[in-house]
Amino acid sequence: MGRVLSGAEILLECLIEEGVHYIFGYPGGAILPTYDALSKYPQLHHVLVRHEQNAAHMADGFARATGRVGVAMATSGPGATNLVTGIATAMMDSSPIVCITGQVSRPVIGTDAFQEVDVTGVTLPITKHNYLVMDIHELADTIREAFYIARSGRPGPVLVDVPKDVQNEKIEWEYPTAPVKLPGYRPPAQASEPDVVAALELINNAKKPLILAGHGLMMSGATNEVRELAEKAQIPVALTLLGKGAMPEGHPLTIGMMGMHGVAASNLAIQEADLLIALGMRFDDRVTGNIKTYSPNSKKIHVDIDPSELNKNIQVDVAVAGDLRAVLAQLIPGVKSTAHSDWLNTIRDWQEDADEREILRRDTGERLLGAQVINDIWKFTGGDALVTTDVGQHQMLEAQYYPHIRPSTMITSGGLGTMGFGMPSAIGAKLGRPEEEVWAIVGDGGFQMTLQELATAVQEHVNINIAILNNGFLGMVRQWQELFHERRYNETHMFSPDFVKLAEAYGIPAMRVTKREQVEEAIAFARSHDGPTLIEFVVEKEDMVYPMVPSGADLDAMIRRPKPNEA
Amino acid sequence: MPENMSTKHTVVALVENQPGVLMRVTNLFRRRNFNIDSLSVGRTHRPQISRMTIVVDSARANAQRIMANLLKLVPVIDVANVGADLHVSRDLALVKVRSDDADSRNALTMIVERYPARIVDIGNLYAIVEITAQEDRVEQCIHELEPIGIVEMVRTGVVAMGRGARILDSSYERTAQPSTNGYHV
Ligand SMILES: Cc1ncc(C[n+]2csc(CCOP(=O)(O)OP(=O)(O)O)c2C)c(N)n1
Repeated sequence: MGRVLSGAEILLECLIEEGVHYIFGYPGGAILPTYDALSKYPQLHHVLVRHEQNAAHMADGFARATGRVGVAMATSGPGATNLVTGIATAMMDSSPIVCITGQVSRPVIGTDAFQEVDVTGVTLPITKHNYLVMDIHELADTIREAFYIARSGRPGPVLVDVPKDVQNEKIEWEYPTAPVKLPGYRPPAQASEPDVVAALELINNAKKPLILAGHGLMMSGATNEVRELAEKAQIPVALTLLGKGAMPEGHPLTIGMMGMHGVAASNLAIQEADLLIALGMRFDDRVTGNIKTYSPNSKKIHVDIDPSELNKNIQVDVAVAGDLRAVLAQLIPGVKSTAHSDWLNTIRDWQEDADEREILRRDTGERLLGAQVINDIWKFTGGDALVTTDVGQHQMLEAQYYPHIRPSTMITSGGLGTMGFGMPSAIGAKLGRPEEEVWAIVGDGGFQMTLQELATAVQEHVNINIAILNNGFLGMVRQWQELFHERRYNETHMFSPDFVKLAEAYGIPAMRVTKREQVEEAIAFARSHDGPTLIEFVVEKEDMVYPMVPSGADLDAMIRRPKPNEA
Repeated sequence: MPENMSTKHTVVALVENQPGVLMRVTNLFRRRNFNIDSLSVGRTHRPQISRMTIVVDSARANAQRIMANLLKLVPVIDVANVGADLHVSRDLALVKVRSDDADSRNALTMIVERYPARIVDIGNLYAIVEITAQEDRVEQCIHELEPIGIVEMVRTGVVAMGRGARILDSSYERTAQPSTNGYHV
C-alpha cells in the first residue's frame, strides 16, 4: 500500500527522485501548496530569486555548468510570464531546464480567473515540450517525462503547469517504476553505415579540412573524441561561441572562434577549406554571414542530434543525425593519419597577420580597454575560471581574449543574445559547481537588467566575482551606430548608478578600476573574498570589437583593425 | 495527371490523441513559415492515435524539413511524405447551390453525373451537392457549379494514404530509452 500524499508532495518527491537539489523560484498564490510542502523535504534547497526571469537563467546556468537539469519554479500569471525570456534563452541554446508553474484551479481554468494565463500556450514555441497536468494520477509520470525530454536528445526547456487544486489533492501513491511512455520520442543515436563510409571518404581525401566545433560536442560528452579526430588527421578546429571549450584553446590545432566577431583565421579557413566537418553546431547566421557565398569550395559533413538542423541553412553532402560521441567513435577508426602541413601553414600565416593587428601588443597609453581587462582576468585566474557573460561587446571580447581549456567553462547566451543573462547564470553555475572559480563578465547595460539578483547572491552567500565593463554606452549597439549609422548615437549613451556604492548597499565588497595598473590588484581583491564581489572597470567609451563581419556580408569581408603601419 | 506531380507536399502524421496536439502542429507550421494548404485530423482504429493529413505549399519548404520538424514534436509518432509515392487522396466538399428553377435543376443533374458527386439535399430554393474526389476533380466540379450560383460551401481538406504495403508506424507501447547523453564536464 502506498502512502497518502498531496500533489505538491508528489511533485517534490519526483524532483528528489530526479536528483534535484536546487530549485530557483519565487512563490505566489497558485504555487503556494508546493511551497508549503517544501519544508518537509530538507534535501531540496530553494533559492529565492528577485525576478522569475532570473530563476530560469539560474537554472540554465546550473544546467550548462553541470550537464544536469536545472529547475525553476514560479506562480501562475505574472510569475509564469516573467519566466518567458529565460525559457526562450534556454531553448535557443539547447539548455536542459524544467520549469514548474502553478496554475489556477481546474474549475476556473478558462474563466480569466485572478492571475490566470495560458502558460502552456504562451510557451509552446519556446519549449521543447510542455504540459498542463489536469489529473493528479498523471503528475508523477509527467515530471519524469519532463526531465527525460529536457536532458535527452537535443536538450531543451520543458514546462509543467500544475493547477493549485491538483497540488492540494491527495491520493494514495507510490513512485512509479514502469518506464515512461513516449512513443513519438526517439532521438537518433548512431550514424548509418553508408553515412560513415561517405563521411570517411570525404575526410580521408580532403586537402584542406576544417572541423567546426559546436556546443553539441559538450552536451554529448564528445570532447575527447573530437580532439582525437583532429589530432589523428591533423585537422584544424574552429569554434562556435557556444563551442568554446569543446576543443582546448591554445592547442596547436585550435584556431579560435568563427563568425561575426570570430578570429580572422577561422573565417578565412572556412572560406578556403575543401571540407567542413560541422559537429554539433547549426550554421546560425551569426557564424555563416552571407550563406550564398559561404565556404564555396568545400564539401560538407554535418553531424547533429537534431535531424531538423540538417540541410536547414546550409546544404551539405553528408548529413548525419546522431549522438556525436557515438558517431565520432564510429568514424575515428576509419580516419587515416595525415599531416596537412601546407594547410596548417596557410592558417599560421593568417594568424601571424592577426598578431600584427593585435591591440594587446600596442601601447594604448592612459586608456583602459575591455580587451586588456579580460586578458588580465584570464591571466590572473590562470585561464581556468568558469566565466559567464552578458551580451554585447564585452561578450565578444571574452570570447576573443579568454581562451578556455576545459569544456563547459564558458556560459553565454548565444542564440537569443539575452542581456541580463550574465549575473544570474553565474549564480546558477556556481551553485552547480562550487569548486570552480566563477566570474560574471557583464556590461553596464545588461547588468542593470537583472542586478536585483545581487540580493540573491548575498542571501545565498554565492561566491561569484562580477566584473562590469562600464563603457557608458550600450556598447555593441553604439558600435553598429558608428559603423552603419554615421555615429548617430541615438539612445545608447547611458547613465548608470555608482556601481560601487550600489554593491555596498547590498553588503557586497566592491572596487572601481580606471587604470591598467589597478587591474591586477582588483582581481586579487575579488578572488580573496568569499561571497559575491563586484569590480567596476571604467573602460574606453568608444572602443570597437574587431574583426567584424557586417550582418549578411560574406564571411571573409571582415572589417579589421588596421595594422600599425596602416593606421 | 499522376498524383505526385504537384507544387504541394502531402504529409501524413500519426499523433498521440491528446489535447493540444493540433495547436502544436499548426504553431510549428506558422513559426517555421511553412504555408498550410489544408489540414485534416481524425481518429484512427487505435483510440490513442489520431491521424493528420497536411498539404503544404512546397515553394517555402522541402518535405524533408517539414517531416523532421514534425517528428521533433513529442506527441508526433510517425510521419510520411505520402505525396512522394503512389497514394490515394480524397477531398470532400458540400456545396449549396441555387435550385429555384428548372434550368438550375437540370444543370445540376447533368454536372453531378459526370463527377463523383451527388445531390444530397434539394428544396425549392437550394440544393446541396456532395463531391468526394481527388482535390483537382473537386475543384473542376465546383468550377462547373459556379455559373448556377453557389451560396455556401465547405470542404474537409485532403485526406491521403499511401498505396500498397507501406504502413505507418502506430505502435504505441514503445517506451523511452535511457538517455544517451554523456555531457562530461
Ligand atoms: C534584452 C535585450 N535587449 C536588447 C538587446 C540588444 N543589444 C545587444 S548588445 C546591446 C548593448 C549591450 O550594452 P552593454 O550591456 O553595456 O554591453 P557592451 O556592449 O557595452 O559591452 C543591446 C542593447 C539585447 N541583446 N537583449
